[in-house]
Amino acid sequence: MGAGLGREHCRRCALPLSRQPNLKGHDRNVIQTFTFYLFATIVIASGALTILSRNPVHSVLWLILAFFNAAGLMLILGAEFIAMLLVIVYVGAVAVLFLFVVMMLDVDFAEMRAGFARYAGFGALMAVVLLAEMIFAVAAWNAGGVSVASKAAPVDPSVPNIEALGTVLFTRYLYIFEAAGLVLLVAMIGAIVLTHRTRSGLRPQNPSEQNRRRPEEATRNMNPGIGQGVEL
Amino acid sequence: MIGLGHYLVVSAILFVLGVLGIFLNRKNIIVILMAIELILLAVNINLVAFSAYLGDMVGQVFAMFVLTVAAGEAAIGLAILVIYFRGRGTIAVDDVNQMKG
Repeated sequence: MGAGLGREHCRRCALPLSRQPNLKGHDRNVIQTFTFYLFATIVIASGALTILSRNPVHSVLWLILAFFNAAGLMLILGAEFIAMLLVIVYVGAVAVLFLFVVMMLDVDFAEMRAGFARYAGFGALMAVVLLAEMIFAVAAWNAGGVSVASKAAPVDPSVPNIEALGTVLFTRYLYIFEAAGLVLLVAMIGAIVLTHRTRSGLRPQNPSEQNRRRPEEATRNMNPGIGQGVEL
Repeated sequence: MIGLGHYLVVSAILFVLGVLGIFLNRKNIIVILMAIELILLAVNINLVAFSAYLGDMVGQVFAMFVLTVAAGEAAIGLAILVIYFRGRGTIAVDDVNQMKG
């Protein structure tokens, strides 16, 4: 092999073709970059449409799209379990709950838009200030950088994401995990207690009372005289 | 190459969209709840991005807890909304101050 790169080497990254640089090297970065920009663009666009839609049903649908693409972002970060959790919990449960409530409530949503233009200026000002501050913070982080002195639970690259998360969750953070379960229990009971109503005027069937009923206490022999009715 | 800064910018934009949504839809409490979900989603992206780039698992654990609280918050919020609508026939947030005792 000569001094210059021969035909056996990739033109872009100078890796020998025997090591298959196409998928191992630069193309992987291209794919990663493309996927990131795709997901990021869609998540921001659908987030904007969530708050700008006139129809709340459309808002919920855009919210679902935003969650789906955020799950994609987390997937390319290597957090598969959180991504799946996002799809299952948000798209499967929370968004459907929103959709259910929006469709159940019979509300004139047109009049809800009345204050839209009134608060738009102030809201936009607030949003610009917030965004500028956050971008300053990111720039400062890029300039100085933060390094963690000691990692609480370092990632082992040989262990899959779900296994690593489960190991941390069920050992060190077990009590917090139980507390999260308690939060869900309280939320469930609270939602039931809040929305449950006992309606009056109903005559529900009572099977145990029906089964306890015997013929001797249910029927009576009457012998009314002629011209008299039966008094109940 | 995509770095941590890219994710932080996406998360910052999403957070700001959520805050803006609360301002824009002052009357429609359903969209306000959706905007809160957007804010929590931005926080989750932030946590997971830091977790991936610092090589620390705790960020993802915390993201799970944020997810739990967000689900509970949505359930309770919508339940309150339903009983408020049942009693009043509207969900206009302007009249909510009549609920004070």
